[in-house]
Amino acid sequence: MAVSVVLPRALLTYSRGSSTLQLETRCTTVADALAELGRRWPAVLDRVVTEQGDVREHVNIFVGEESIRFASGLATPLHDGDTIMIVAAVSGG
Amino acid sequence: MSIDLSHDELLRYSRHLILPDVELEGQKRIRNARVLLIGAGGLGSPTALYLAAAGVGTLGIVDFDTVDLSNLQRQVLHGTSDVGRPKIDSARDRIVDLNPHVIVETHRVQLTSANALEILGAYDIIVDGTDNFPTRYLVNDACVMLGKPNVYGSIFRFEGQASVFSSGDGPCYRCLFPHPPPPGLVPSCAEGGVLGVLPGLVGTIQATETLKLILGIGDTLAGRLLLIDTLGMRFHTVKVPRDPKCPACGTREITELVDYEAFCGMPGGTMAKDETFGEITPRDLAKRLAAHEDFTLLDVREPYEWKLGRIEGARLVPLGTLEDEIPKLDASREIVVYCRSGKRSETAARQLAAAGLRATNVVGGILRWSDEVDPSIPKY
Repeated sequence: MAVSVVLPRALLTYSRGSSTLQLETRCTTVADALAELGRRWPAVLDRVVTEQGDVREHVNIFVGEESIRFASGLATPLHDGDTIMIVAAVSGG
Repeated sequence: MSIDLSHDELLRYSRHLILPDVELEGQKRIRNARVLLIGAGGLGSPTALYLAAAGVGTLGIVDFDTVDLSNLQRQVLHGTSDVGRPKIDSARDRIVDLNPHVIVETHRVQLTSANALEILGAYDIIVDGTDNFPTRYLVNDACVMLGKPNVYGSIFRFEGQASVFSSGDGPCYRCLFPHPPPPGLVPSCAEGGVLGVLPGLVGTIQATETLKLILGIGDTLAGRLLLIDTLGMRFHTVKVPRDPKCPACGTREITELVDYEAFCGMPGGTMAKDETFGEITPRDLAKRLAAHEDFTLLDVREPYEWKLGRIEGARLVPLGTLEDEIPKLDASREIVVYCRSGKRSETAARQLAAAGLRATNVVGGILRWSDEVDPSIPKY
């Protein structure tokens, strides 16, 4: 079981410059993957979820092309080879 | 159908006229279209140039700003001789030079809840090239209320996003991002920087989507978000479904435009301003430094900005690392913070105040310091 997590570059300050995190451990849901993300880079997780553990409303998490908000939220299941993309709102123009 | 394009126009648009799916009928549609560009900056520049070149009949431009030297690294609509001029004036001159058949309607106003419906209502398609969250939510809500497509683009550092909102049965911006980030969590391009060519890439995608909407051809980005990563040179699309619970386009709870500064939690909005930290002007800071008063001076910018110039006596603590630094600070001393323009340091001051420290923000940052105290510090 391996999944990868792709971070927006705005968060690279908090992940020591890495834009992709490979998770080899057993992650069956998005919540598992975020917990692992939080173990590696707690400051990244702070910017993705609130203190209550909900995904922040200016952040979207996609598994492949699908938004987890329109699937099963943090309980959305993961499969081997999945890519999780974390997309945050940006305002520049 | 009768030909009513002039000989000059037939020649100018000949590559469109021979293009299947455009041809004469399509070119007439383009000429009859009324497109409004919100912002004549990084995104608005390439969008304006390509839509004008394509022959869009009427281009409206909303922009309140004047051209600054720091804009020219990416805002290709304006030139060096335009520095100091209103952007709408240099935009009009450039567009008319490129294509005199285009009617340019300029709106030198700040788009607000009071004027948005009237201004946007006069156009067919709205192109969102703004640089702040309050205006993005304002443009979105106004487009949903008016039933106008909102061609969206947004950029930060090396990454861009593009989509088409409020088009047909498609989602709106709030379906994707129900709420803006808390103030200070997501830096603007003025704070975080942007690769100059990036708005060129995203703006031309917005121009492409606008032309497809006018012509009714192809598959637009409605229902999809295009993510562009220039460093990896990767383009991804993800699905953006319409949210039945969206207060703008789903439940339609939003029936009038609100105070978007307050919605985004910005100071200046009707939300109470956090008064728990003080403010100081660069001139007063200079006096206090000269008098060797006892306080800690922190520069909350990034190391590459620090290298460009700094206030003597300051210590560098980039905003992202401030949280870790707070426990190490001497709580008995006042902490004075500055950044480039005063925005990031305002966030820092609020953060320090929340941690129980006596914080003071330098209003206007190092830019104003350069204007009022030490012109040898370069502005950037």
